[in-house]
Amino acid sequence: MSVKTEPFYLNIGPQHPSTHGVLRLRVTLDGEVIVDVEPVIGYLHRGIEKLAEGRTYAQNIPFTDRLDYLAAMTNNVAYCMAVEKLAGIKVPERGEYLRVIFSELMRIASHLMAVGFFLNDIGAMMTPVLYMWREREKILDMFEMACGQRMMYNYMRIGGMSQDVPEEFLPAVKKFIAEMPRYIDEYDQLLAQNEILLARSKGVGILPRETAVSIGASGPVLRASGVKWDLRKMDPYSIYDRFDFEVPTGQTGDCYDRYWVRMQEMRQSVRIVEQALKQLPGKGSVCADVPQFFRAPKGEAYVCIEAPKGNLGFYVVSDGSIAPYRLHIYPPTLINITAMKDMAVGWKIADLIIIFGSIDVVLGEIDR
Amino acid sequence: MKFEHYGLGIAKGMALTFEHLFRKPITVQYPEEKLHTSKRIRGNELVWFPDKCTGCGTCTKACPQGNILLVTHRSEPNRFIVDKFECDTGRCIFCGLCVESCPYNALAMGLKYECAKYRRGDFILNKEKLTASENHRPSAYFRPQFDADLPAQSLLLYDREEGGQKLKFLPLSTRKRGPGA
Amino acid sequence: MTLLDEFQLFLKTLGWPDWAYYSVPALTGIVIIVAAVLTIVIVFIWWERRLLGRFQIRLGPNRCGPEGIFQPIATAVKILLKEDIVPAKADKVVHFIAPIAVFVPVLMVFAVIPFDKAAILVDLNVGAIYIIAISSLSMLAIFMAAWASCNKYSLIAGLRAIAQMVSYELPVVMSLVGVAMMASSLSMVKIVEAQTLPFILLQPLGCLIFFLGSLAEMNRCPFDLLEADSEIVAGYHTEYSGMKFALFYLGEYGVAFVYAAVITTLFLSGWQGPFLPPVLWFLIKVFLVFTLILWMRATLPRLRVDQLMTFAWKFMLPMSLINLIVVAIEILLVPASLQWVMIVINFGLAAVLILLFSRMFTFGGGRVEV
Repeated sequence: MSVKTEPFYLNIGPQHPSTHGVLRLRVTLDGEVIVDVEPVIGYLHRGIEKLAEGRTYAQNIPFTDRLDYLAAMTNNVAYCMAVEKLAGIKVPERGEYLRVIFSELMRIASHLMAVGFFLNDIGAMMTPVLYMWREREKILDMFEMACGQRMMYNYMRIGGMSQDVPEEFLPAVKKFIAEMPRYIDEYDQLLAQNEILLARSKGVGILPRETAVSIGASGPVLRASGVKWDLRKMDPYSIYDRFDFEVPTGQTGDCYDRYWVRMQEMRQSVRIVEQALKQLPGKGSVCADVPQFFRAPKGEAYVCIEAPKGNLGFYVVSDGSIAPYRLHIYPPTLINITAMKDMAVGWKIADLIIIFGSIDVVLGEIDR
Repeated sequence: MKFEHYGLGIAKGMALTFEHLFRKPITVQYPEEKLHTSKRIRGNELVWFPDKCTGCGTCTKACPQGNILLVTHRSEPNRFIVDKFECDTGRCIFCGLCVESCPYNALAMGLKYECAKYRRGDFILNKEKLTASENHRPSAYFRPQFDADLPAQSLLLYDREEGGQKLKFLPLSTRKRGPGA
Repeated sequence: MTLLDEFQLFLKTLGWPDWAYYSVPALTGIVIIVAAVLTIVIVFIWWERRLLGRFQIRLGPNRCGPEGIFQPIATAVKILLKEDIVPAKADKVVHFIAPIAVFVPVLMVFAVIPFDKAAILVDLNVGAIYIIAISSLSMLAIFMAAWASCNKYSLIAGLRAIAQMVSYELPVVMSLVGVAMMASSLSMVKIVEAQTLPFILLQPLGCLIFFLGSLAEMNRCPFDLLEADSEIVAGYHTEYSGMKFALFYLGEYGVAFVYAAVITTLFLSGWQGPFLPPVLWFLIKVFLVFTLILWMRATLPRLRVDQLMTFAWKFMLPMSLINLIVVAIEILLVPASLQWVMIVINFGLAAVLILLFSRMFTFGGGRVEV
């Protein structure tokens, strides 16, 4: 005998403790089991792509900060690289190295947030988050030292960066890089072998390799599924071919692998910054000579870089005026979040939350 | 037979949290203790030097928000008098592009960051409120000439080196006001 | 003879009428216990918030009074001043009753908790059974709250509550039976008196199972699924505010106090201890148990609902049964003079059982084809 039951619709978000912003998930449940899940996006839409059409190339840089606000420096770099490619501007050597240092520090900061809140979603009441914020705070301190703000950096400029770093900056980075591996060990000690964490995340929310590739996922989500795809290695932009680092990949593509990949990437970022600090030219300009209201030549350019959350692309079309004719942003998490249904169906509500947390979503980027 | 997952991971994690019980808290008791901000801080205000300003209007063009109002009139053949110079800090995103673009070093970012007001109208800084003064000091953002006057930034990074979690706090005599106030 | 009995006798000698010498001491006892419980609960709240802060390298509340000791009072005032919101489609009567029904059983349990040899309201000869029976009532009230709120998150929490209670009651009772056998009594006073050696040494496994089971019953980490804030917002008290929420809040800490006190009584030899007065010993032990609970909360993530069930039925129940049998055999065979043999055997047994059962620990289960 079968009992006729009705599906149970649950609306998670846009106000919910763990939607990481204002995402809304329309979930169909059977008991606690997820039958269907549909992300509803757009609650943070600010029309940045349209706003960009009315602003000069330099004026758009502060707006890119507001995309992925946890990794604003990387957005700055990606946008500036797109415009540089369009206009054929060469960034000075020191500028390139500093860009790498800032991007990798930003990657560490972003992954600290991602891992911390992933663990918080599992239920480790704020403790990992607060431990990881301590290190993130140090990175933000250094960013504040260089560019004057902690979140909306607006540091990169077309052709390099706005100012050279102050003289206290490099010793601070050196000290941070020397300390950081020990802290990462501590995070590993805190929860990496914890039986409850393993039970909750191993084998949960598996994203098979084929699905990951076919939906176009990128970043740690893709690498956790076992695809060795990292633009820094595959298509070395900037000066990433000069550094020696590994691309950590997971095996199964479950939540634990995504967590593990992020932890390993932090270690690799530390390695890259170490090498960049060694190779950094002592003196020299950090910015190419670009006029403030410069006109990019007619044409279009697309640059895709490896942001902390995946492949972040900027597509700039110029009609020869001082403002871009069209700016398109290819946000990694928008693509990654389309994998939600593949990962979450059949699991419980509690798993839905950690699967969502393991994607590492920032709504500023998805809704733009 | 290999035994794992019998609770060792839990024990390790609990040992770590227990160890943290004996580390000094990193909390800064904000209104009483204030950390020194970066020398290059882009505080929530602009600082204007009227004697250097020529009224060229580059800052208004550089502003991505269109947020700076500048009204001038010509007095001599090559000179403009600034009648009105206003910035609505309620709309400003403090990107610093105006400061960066100023060719005469007449504009700087401020140090102050506690600028909550009761009315939106109070956010509008006019000529008098923008002018640099003792309570209205410029930061070193794009203006390295002010660098030497400002205190070094207190970094969380340099805690252990100096024994424990010691943060460089402001002396208590300045506790009522922020560093830029 | 408890203090209340003596009081009663004293009133009798004064020549009070029957109804008065019976009811006055009882009411006095109730008032004292309620006052003491509420005070200790407030201290618990402060202790939790401060210590959790220190575990997380922050300070915790430190503004109200020295070291923030008056913070719970400030919180209470804030909560009481809030608007009482009842959802439009709520079952209003049940919604109103539920918070009271959560809090009352918590207070009732303290009737049989011996703070001292004589400081007990009633020394029931079935005290342990009374505790098990009464403390389960809170779960029913939680389900009432969840159902009456007319909120989907609350409903999920309510269903989880029932499943959790049914599963964890069994191992808790099983490990309690071991204690009762060893003390050959169900009276809480007699159980304490039987502990010349604390039962945690004689029955480490039973103590562990009782501790974990009681964690689940008081919705504490890592079994805090009923109010898993990252999943189901605030669980069963999502739709409560003001005084009603305060009762849930107090009830939650009250339950924590209850189980800390029960564990102290059953396994940590209750009020017994050298030098210090017995009540102080009792409170110290209660605080130690509560601190351990806090420590776990500061470290551990949360289990999923099916893993919670698995843990109860596949791990704790068989282990508690084996523990029960072994304890029963030991009571028959091992003479009272050879208690150290029992300690060694039981610690060995606990280690072996935990190791063996850890082999059953698997990953990745729990997916349902839909």
